[in-house]
Amino acid sequence: MAMKRRPIIKSVETKYYEQRDALFQGLQNLDRRSFMKVSMAAMTAALAKGVEFHYHNFLPVNVVNAAPKPSLGGETGAAAAGEVRAEGFTFAYISDSHIYERELNDRFVRQLLRAVDDINSLDPQPDFVLYGGDIAQLGAPEELKLCAEILKSVKAPVKMMVGEHDWFLDLGERWMDLFGAPNYSFDHKGVHIAVLQSVHEEDFWTERGMTPEQRMMTVAGLDNGIQSRFKVGAPQRAWLQKDLEKYSADTPIIVFSHSPLYHYYKPWNFWTEDAPEVQTLLHHFESVAVIHGHTHQMLTNRIGNIHFHGMASTAWPWPYAPEGLPALTVQMNRADPFNASDGLGDGTVHVSPDGLVDKLYNLWNRNPVQVTSRYVNSNGRDAIPQQPNLKSY
Amino acid sequence: MRKTELMTLAVLAASISGWVGVNAEDSDSKQAQTARTNAEDFAAMEAATEQGVDPATMSQWRGDGEEHDVDWVAEELEKHKVTSPTDNAHLIGKGQGTTYGNVTEQNVKTWDRETFKEAVDGSRVFHSSDELGSEIGVSCDMCHPDGSNTHPETYPKFQVQLGRVALLRDMINRCIENPVKGKILKPDAPKMRALEAYIYAQRKGTPLSYGKR
Repeated sequence: MAMKRRPIIKSVETKYYEQRDALFQGLQNLDRRSFMKVSMAAMTAALAKGVEFHYHNFLPVNVVNAAPKPSLGGETGAAAAGEVRAEGFTFAYISDSHIYERELNDRFVRQLLRAVDDINSLDPQPDFVLYGGDIAQLGAPEELKLCAEILKSVKAPVKMMVGEHDWFLDLGERWMDLFGAPNYSFDHKGVHIAVLQSVHEEDFWTERGMTPEQRMMTVAGLDNGIQSRFKVGAPQRAWLQKDLEKYSADTPIIVFSHSPLYHYYKPWNFWTEDAPEVQTLLHHFESVAVIHGHTHQMLTNRIGNIHFHGMASTAWPWPYAPEGLPALTVQMNRADPFNASDGLGDGTVHVSPDGLVDKLYNLWNRNPVQVTSRYVNSNGRDAIPQQPNLKSY
Repeated sequence: MRKTELMTLAVLAASISGWVGVNAEDSDSKQAQTARTNAEDFAAMEAATEQGVDPATMSQWRGDGEEHDVDWVAEELEKHKVTSPTDNAHLIGKGQGTTYGNVTEQNVKTWDRETFKEAVDGSRVFHSSDELGSEIGVSCDMCHPDGSNTHPETYPKFQVQLGRVALLRDMINRCIENPVKGKILKPDAPKMRALEAYIYAQRKGTPLSYGKR
């Protein structure tokens, strides 16, 4: 009986070296004159097609971010449209690191450090870095101290936002000592940016006689039903209203909130109870973007003029909630349980002069995904980002 | 001849030790007493059921330990939702004509309570890094709120990283070993059984599809 021939399986490295060898072999077989001819022709053809050569591969590849050629009718993607403009800016984000003291758990610490490295190696540097909240796991002074130390190594200025994990041990006392007021606003290159403390909760602890630690542990459990729902609260809404009064309707507005400023899934507090009231304050502006943390997943939503983008976590990914997922969301594939950094990452947000944002998810274990304003504005018809082919169970 | 001899010997031995008479009398009276007690209790129980004696007393009489468990179960359920087991109430009054008669309300309650308790116990372990023995303060619910994304219906399936076909308990142990950094559990360890119960409970109604990826 004849032996069955096994298919030859080549590794990525083998294929790479074969390609490389083939290219150099081909070059040797050419004289200088025809080499110039071949390479010039190849370059011209490639450039005309908006093609670039990928640095670690010898085959020409189509680059999503290649500058649009007028002859091509600007069909190369919305990301490029932003880049052509002279104005606008980019900021980076890190969110939901949940770090314990290093002695207890150094994995979460290392993951925050990785994000800091990512951001520090961006070239050009972002105008600032948004920290999206939940930098500490249980809001302990030692945890927050370590967080502050780590953030000192971020090269760009850091804008802090508070999350429930930072807040509920001492109701923000220590966090505010280190990082200042939990809600504030500032202007940046013609865009008005408001940072909210969206994780206030109705008092559930006094009646139960809880210690601060018990209160913190209760809030720290996502599926813990004892805690109340998040809210911005009336005093802060009044503050926001007053803060926004000064700005005309054509001023681009960006809001940072830890929890999503809409109703997604109540049992996990993927929810801000008074989100509709906050949205009312924002509806008369022409362009509003909300960047939020807490959900540890790629998440996109649009309510009227308001675009919502969730941030990736550096600690662990959350599954999508069983109901309420906004239709525009480009789902993150389910995370690989055998890979501790899968489904995690950081990213950047490009803000165009009209205030529209393109959100880049820099996922550590996967291809980056960009969710553009064109995608959100067209209600998901144009500039569709890469779709997952494996969904959560 | 031989029989008579044996009997004589037995009687002789018994009378020497002085056991026969005393023993016979004693056991007789005890048996009578026990029988009387059971009958009385049974009657009392029947009467109590009919007269609606308070449930706590009945429960204590039955010794089912319900009042002992109530605290931790209620405490856990206040924090975390646990799916209740399938309702078997429609079976009450039905049976197959066996010795033990038809299914009673009490049967259904016991099944429900005991099954649910196991799942609630699992929820307690699932949500506690201490119960899991984590060295790094990590518990299952951090990645799996409400037991989500645990897809127990997809096991057994071949898991190349484990080099074999994984059962749900293998994946639980994998998670305890790595993300949680706790002590892995024996397949029949009470905590493992409870974790499995909770995870299955939370996926109630999902069709089994072993091997699904």
